Amino acid sequence: MNKIIPSFEEAVADIPDGASIALNNWGLAGGPQNLILALREQGTKDLTIITQNFMYTPFPEEVVVMPFMLLPQMKKLIAGFFAAASRYAYTTNLPAEFVEMEKVLEKEVIGHGNFVARLQAGARGMGPFYSPVGIGTVVEEGREKRTFDGKEYILLTPLQPDFAFVRADKADKYGNLTYNGTCRCLNPVLAMAGKTTIVEVDELVEPGQLHPDEIVTPAAFVDRIVVNEPGARGSYEYTMKKLHEMLSIPEVRGAVIGQAKQMVKEEGDN
Amino acid sequence: MKEKLSEDIMALRASKEFHDGDVVNLGVGIPNLCATFIPEGRNVMFESENGALGYGGIIMVDEFEKVEIQYIDAGGRYFLPKEGMSFFDMGDSFGLMRGGRLDITCLGAYQVSETGDMANWSIPGDTSIGIGGGMDLVYGAKRVIVLMEHVTKTGELRVLKECTYPLTGKECVNLLITDIAVIEPTKKGLVLKEYAPGWTAEEIQKLTEPKLILADDLKEVEL
Repeated sequence: MNKIIPSFEEAVADIPDGASIALNNWGLAGGPQNLILALREQGTKDLTIITQNFMYTPFPEEVVVMPFMLLPQMKKLIAGFFAAASRYAYTTNLPAEFVEMEKVLEKEVIGHGNFVARLQAGARGMGPFYSPVGIGTVVEEGREKRTFDGKEYILLTPLQPDFAFVRADKADKYGNLTYNGTCRCLNPVLAMAGKTTIVEVDELVEPGQLHPDEIVTPAAFVDRIVVNEPGARGSYEYTMKKLHEMLSIPEVRGAVIGQAKQMVKEEGDN
Repeated sequence: MKEKLSEDIMALRASKEFHDGDVVNLGVGIPNLCATFIPEGRNVMFESENGALGYGGIIMVDEFEKVEIQYIDAGGRYFLPKEGMSFFDMGDSFGLMRGGRLDITCLGAYQVSETGDMANWSIPGDTSIGIGGGMDLVYGAKRVIVLMEHVTKTGELRVLKECTYPLTGKECVNLLITDIAVIEPTKKGLVLKEYAPGWTAEEIQKLTEPKLILADDLKEVEL
């Protein structure tokens, strides 16, 4: 058994127009950067992108590749958080067509907890389920409500994406995976939820090198693995190096480190 | 004009609410500052929505060399690793909240109502749908502490009879700390418990739409 695919291009080659693809986006690391690039290169259209955060970054594409770069290929977004370009002080240089595309994009955004719970239901083969979160807010609009034991809930449906793009720290050829710090985030949930799960990994190890107790995602959930070349674009090492290059520029340091107030427009700025 | 509490002082006041062993989630903005002011002898475990518990201090701009890319909090800030820290997936993170294991969340807000409703994710004219983790936090946390300026930069009231912005949660706020007052939403209404130095209850009332109930032990903010 060997799930290793030699290139990112081959790993995404069978993804058809109209497919749904789920991927992690929280911070610079932990995202499947080279799988995103390969999908963009392929030009697959009418995609439904499922990601917890759909937002723009102050970083150039050479630093980090993020789901928003697939916007021209997207038909629909399912997310926990969607931040429009107009929200950011630093996205004034975003291509005008992106701003237009963003307006017509079909969006389904219901908060992080409900979003991840839908994926978990899909991952476990469950049907629709009731959530207590969002009662009394816009999230309950248009959804079935039911009361159990005197408490109100809204009905949510499971999510099972056609393809999950997973970013892992280490993998063996069977597809056992481990993660690194907060790069874990949505990745283990995605690995379980995808009908087909494609992994972008930084380090390939021999079977047995990962202790069975340290494996977070067991091999059964993984279909394909592509290994990042150490130091190549999108690799952990590369992104870390680029981040520190950005941090060495005093003018942008505050924004890069997440402590600049001017990153997000505040009430009254509009 | 009278002096208002600085963001640091507001955060210091909020951190007085943290007890030893509490699991605490801090939102973006003023709440983030609370981590700096943990009372001595109290071990507080910070939780981040993206899947971290018990992490160390936030890396400040002047110590940027310490940044490790895999240690990032929900607000996009980098933290230091710490003994006893753990990582888990986002499903477990939100399960922790809904399941009742989060003791306190401190959040920023645009508006808080007389009944303790709060609005913190959307402002008029914003085309974002920036719900994020707010609704889960206010639903799941045992105590919800809101930190915000009492009025907007342009002087509009934020403590209102009813929120006019889209809600994050209904009747969820347990304590409101502003730059001029500490207010507790109760079944009877908003109780003014503490005032910033030099402020009178009447002056605070003028900047508050609903009628404030004065606490029996109304006092200056205790830090």
